[in-house]
Amino acid sequence: MLAMIVKEFRELRRDRRTVAMLVVLPVMLLVVFGYAANFSVHDIPTAVVGPGAAQAAATVAEPAFHVTEVDPAGDEAGAEALLRDGKAVVAVVTGAAPAVLLDGTQLFSTQTALAALSRQSPSARPPVRILYNPDLTTSWVMVPGLAGLILVFIGTLITSLGVVRERQSGTLEQLAVMPLRAWDVIAGKIVPYLILAAVDLVLIVAIGMGVFHVPFVGNVAVFALGAALFLLVTLGMGVLVSTVSQNQGQAIQLAFMLVLPQVLLSGLIFPVSAMAAGVRWISYVLPLTYFIEVSRGVMLKDTPIGALWEPIALLAVLAVAVLGLAVTRFRADLAPAGRARRPARPAVAQ
Amino acid sequence: MSWGLRNVRLARGGVVALAGVTVPADPGRITVIVGGDGAGKTSCLRVLAGLTEPDAGAVGRPARDRIGYVPATVGLYADLTIAENLEFTARAYRIPRAERPRKASELLELTGLASARARLGGQLSGGMQRKLSVAMALLHGPELLIIDEPTTGVDPVSRVELWRLITRAADGGTAVVVSTTYVNEAARAACVVLLEAGAVVRSGRPDDILHGIPGVFGTALSVGRPAPLSWRRGAAWRVWAPSGRLPDGVSPAEPDFNDAVVAASLAGEREGRA
Repeated sequence: MLAMIVKEFRELRRDRRTVAMLVVLPVMLLVVFGYAANFSVHDIPTAVVGPGAAQAAATVAEPAFHVTEVDPAGDEAGAEALLRDGKAVVAVVTGAAPAVLLDGTQLFSTQTALAALSRQSPSARPPVRILYNPDLTTSWVMVPGLAGLILVFIGTLITSLGVVRERQSGTLEQLAVMPLRAWDVIAGKIVPYLILAAVDLVLIVAIGMGVFHVPFVGNVAVFALGAALFLLVTLGMGVLVSTVSQNQGQAIQLAFMLVLPQVLLSGLIFPVSAMAAGVRWISYVLPLTYFIEVSRGVMLKDTPIGALWEPIALLAVLAVAVLGLAVTRFRADLAPAGRARRPARPAVAQ
Repeated sequence: MSWGLRNVRLARGGVVALAGVTVPADPGRITVIVGGDGAGKTSCLRVLAGLTEPDAGAVGRPARDRIGYVPATVGLYADLTIAENLEFTARAYRIPRAERPRKASELLELTGLASARARLGGQLSGGMQRKLSVAMALLHGPELLIIDEPTTGVDPVSRVELWRLITRAADGGTAVVVSTTYVNEAARAACVVLLEAGAVVRSGRPDDILHGIPGVFGTALSVGRPAPLSWRRGAAWRVWAPSGRLPDGVSPAEPDFNDAVVAASLAGEREGRA
């Protein structure tokens, strides 16, 4: 048994990725759960609209409500639009028909707001309406995010395995000698997974709607655009992982290290707004964060593309950056430096 | 037109992989690169195929669509059938659709794989995998065929069949460059390049290499090593005496190509130590 133990330690010493996982992962999980795992939202973006909005905003005593917009000329329709577009989670409507509107897609913010409102006396509290997810059903909020998580899994992990398999079997060398352009090979590898992931996405949404009764009230084309860009990012990540992995074990480890932060820090489980600032910045570099914004917005709130331009644009930027880097690295695998630039060589003189 | 490497140098990670190596590749002829593990055989072939850029020297090769390459790892798709592997190759090399069935059938008959065309690549024996990979490399009628250790780990019958394929390709005008650790296979080449630690120890026709070794050879049946420059062959020892004088107890023997290669390696080692 001692011989086995010594052998395992020696192998581990040379397997830097596994050691990184053993050391980095627990630290990352501790930091995440310490700073990010927080269901209590302390800073709920609140809008106050209607006549006397400024005075009403000044009287908001509950510290959880962070007034970000005051619009004396606004009305209830305007307040709904603010919630639909993600500019506020709570909207207080003043005037003849006062009301408090809550964005039901922000589960934890809404629950925190409800708890804060319940501390007011009923006579002083205007009627409360929860929009988009009136029963605060968890599955309505989770399914759009899970769709993204499954796409991350397929796009990053499965794609990386597909390419690494070529390297291990020696067929990557064959491809490098064949008269195929690097882009032919990359596109040829990615397109089948793109198609499969798209089919998966349709299935997940259909099951979400059929089994969990998750609504889909928005524009399918906007959803498809966000999904397509997100897929390109995740597939690019998969190709990137494959270019730095020599075997499937390494690819799985690296893909796992890229997927796990997205599960924990993208807003899928813990609300981004509740995370400590020191950890929250990580969410802003994760593609799943933006896809969740698009998918929840379109499926649950019919958010128009104009209000989703930011996450869509960021997904596009990430897609270009990640895919571009992946193509550059993969091209190096398929063609040694300088070969593409040089013309055909003359024959060797005998 | 002929191709090959001329005075190629290659170093990676501070290690010299190729030190001024010249390997000719002439149409209709087989060049065999012989050497032990780490001698630089694969590096030579990778540079010739265009997979690795040399640090210095000249490389001649035809256009990519005129090269056939078989890596040491076989390089076929385990989850595709024999027929599907060939079809993928045909598409990649843009072989006209009308010609694909005929070319594939020809090669399947030649390789004896016709009856197994529906079998998955991963379910083939080692010899069958090698034959399929050579068939894939020959499908488009390359002008230069590069094969890395085609017979390593292959049964003797398959080894003969593989060499029949390789010889047929050369007879058809293809320049063939093969690497091997089996010295007896090098004897059938038009040109042998003997590599040791990235350098060419001997190069030329097998007969020229054989007759170019100075001194005399002998054989001995002693229990212990009869001389410093000696090696086992079966129950006997083969001895090489560069000075021309065999030690006591060693009988003169006519050298063969195996002896020439071993002696050349030993000579190369001695030159390296000197």
